[in-house]
Amino acid sequence: MHIVVCVKQVPDSAQIRVHPVTNTIMRQGVPAVINPYDLIVLEEALRLKDCLGARITVLSMGPKIAAEALKKCVSYGADEAILITDAVFAGSDTLATSYALASTIRRIAADRPVDMVFCGKQTIDGDTAQVGPGIARRLGFEQLTYVSRIERIDPAAREIVVHRRGEGGVQVLQSRLPCLVTMLEGSNTLRFAGMDDMFRAARYEVLEWNHKAAGIDAPERCGLKGSPTAVKKVFAPPPRAKKAEMIDASAGTPREIADAVLAKLFASRPALEREMTR
Amino acid sequence: MPEKFDVIVVGAGPSGNAAAYLLAKGGMKVLQLERGEYSGSKNVQGAIMYAEALEAVIPNCRRQAPLERAIVEQRIWAMDDRSYVGSHYRGESDEGAQPNRYTIIRANFDKWLSRKVREAGALLICETTVIELLRKGNRVIGVRTDRAGGEIHADVVVLADGVNSLVATTSGLRPPVKARDVALAVKEMHFLPREQIEQRFNISGDDGVVIEMFGKITKGMVGTGFLYTNKESISLGIGCMVEDFKKAGVSPNQLLEDMKRHPAVKPLIAGSEIKEYSAHLIPEGGYNAIPAVHGEGWVICGDSGGFVNAVHREGSNLAMTTGRFAAETILKLRDEGRDFTAAHLRAYRTALEDSYVMKDLKKYRDMPGILHHNRQFLTTYPELLSRAADTFLKVDGVDKRTKEKTIKRDFVARRSRFGLVGDAIKLVRAFR
Repeated sequence: MHIVVCVKQVPDSAQIRVHPVTNTIMRQGVPAVINPYDLIVLEEALRLKDCLGARITVLSMGPKIAAEALKKCVSYGADEAILITDAVFAGSDTLATSYALASTIRRIAADRPVDMVFCGKQTIDGDTAQVGPGIARRLGFEQLTYVSRIERIDPAAREIVVHRRGEGGVQVLQSRLPCLVTMLEGSNTLRFAGMDDMFRAARYEVLEWNHKAAGIDAPERCGLKGSPTAVKKVFAPPPRAKKAEMIDASAGTPREIADAVLAKLFASRPALEREMTR
Repeated sequence: MPEKFDVIVVGAGPSGNAAAYLLAKGGMKVLQLERGEYSGSKNVQGAIMYAEALEAVIPNCRRQAPLERAIVEQRIWAMDDRSYVGSHYRGESDEGAQPNRYTIIRANFDKWLSRKVREAGALLICETTVIELLRKGNRVIGVRTDRAGGEIHADVVVLADGVNSLVATTSGLRPPVKARDVALAVKEMHFLPREQIEQRFNISGDDGVVIEMFGKITKGMVGTGFLYTNKESISLGIGCMVEDFKKAGVSPNQLLEDMKRHPAVKPLIAGSEIKEYSAHLIPEGGYNAIPAVHGEGWVICGDSGGFVNAVHREGSNLAMTTGRFAAETILKLRDEGRDFTAAHLRAYRTALEDSYVMKDLKKYRDMPGILHHNRQFLTTYPELLSRAADTFLKVDGVDKRTKEKTIKRDFVARRSRFGLVGDAIKLVRAFR
């Protein structure tokens, strides 16, 4: 088994703010973290490594500083880490990103066939959830998104059974390898690496590939050039002017309190009153 | 087989980084272990960095370091409830002059210094806590971390694990840190546009102002407040001895809130946005609280050794200097082919004694005790000074000699003649 896990280094969105005047995202001093959804699939891949002896390659696209995130993945137990970093990738939207990553995975598979690709279900900075499915489509892999549990993998029969959270229930899906999986939060808990892996990661040199090394023959399909998406405007939604109104719930019976709430609602929405008392 | 290094440095703060940098530069195989996610992620400091102590470790490096403002003006304020009497010193800030002190933001500064350490060849492993020291008989032979397979061996261990000094304490190399030897400081980062900071503090470019405050803002507890200007923020904090907090039952954040409402402080931070709130311990026990700093196969430096000069609010310089002395001692022993025994590592203690580190701490050795037993220096006197200034400066038809008499009477009424003389003697002793 050879598993490629795609990860992205993202600014910690919990600490990001939008500039009140210019509406731009203020990234200064915001620490970079591994996209938390990516850590869920990394752990799942590591579990497959533990039980099936899979080999794990982590892959990221980004500036050179993103090598730090990949080193961290190695400390958890990944075998190899590749960073594709090149000026031609700058400004990529999800279409261009999935193109670059899919091309690189094809290049990786040329040396060692890839059985599974894991992606986080989305990133916390872009939030599109498009890159994973985009890669699957480009590689012609089966795509299993929003997976909550991998029930079984049979590498010999090239079969996989997963639980997928759908609307209103859980789907149990059987599919073929090679496939691409994205997973939900809460599916597992990230391990605490041992000292050996910490040493290996501290000494590990992340492979850095430019677009040529990554086997990308059409650089015009990467970066800004390859991205039909254009950001027209970024803005922070205006804070709601209305304040919550507190109703004293300690005075009166529940019925009286309910009546008081209704009276308030009806006062501001006469149409609602007509509707409900008809 | 456990990994084996020449030196293990525990901690990646200023002292650990200084030691690890010099040891790696000196060609030793160095492992540095840090509990936080990265160097600078765990610490809290005002913070002020002293260029001389830094450049004694890495020569001429300040231009690369992420500094905030060069401190051109220092103010000391003796605070009464709604007023203060203070002194300011403003130095030259010519283009040519090399500033001596800078404000810094530790998360940025430590990250930078840590990169230098790794470039020098030290192996840094973060998010890994040293649980205890490994020993063979009396001799420290390595450490055990909190991770599986956590035993790591080394010829000598440099402990720079911060104020709580947990490694040394759990290993019985030093007694636990006492509540009367540490201060608890709380700090807020107030963000303000650059221009506003420059206008409010009468500065321009990268010049900065720091204010140290003592007096009634600490509500009778032994402690100080501070305000440091950064490029686009103000660090504001206050700290008191933990034992005093315990006795007084005052919460540190209440103390900070009250300080922010002081009429002299409030306008300086008006309109700012608070982005960070943090708290940390500071070892302020002084000379008498410094533990044994070396032993069989180990040395201790920085906050974990209690190296802070609270009177002059010096800390990061002592951390870097003690880290440097530790490294220099170890390198010298290696060059001479001598073992890292307690007897040989005593050279570290000697280097400390011969330098400003121990000389300054010795000079103020009586200060903590004197302040502890004489709260009037932090309560009555700031009040008397403030009232004296008010009386003397008020133009109200009263002649100056009468004013002087009023002031004198006020002092005697509060402290008695005998008390005043006694206080003067104590003050001289504290600063002697």
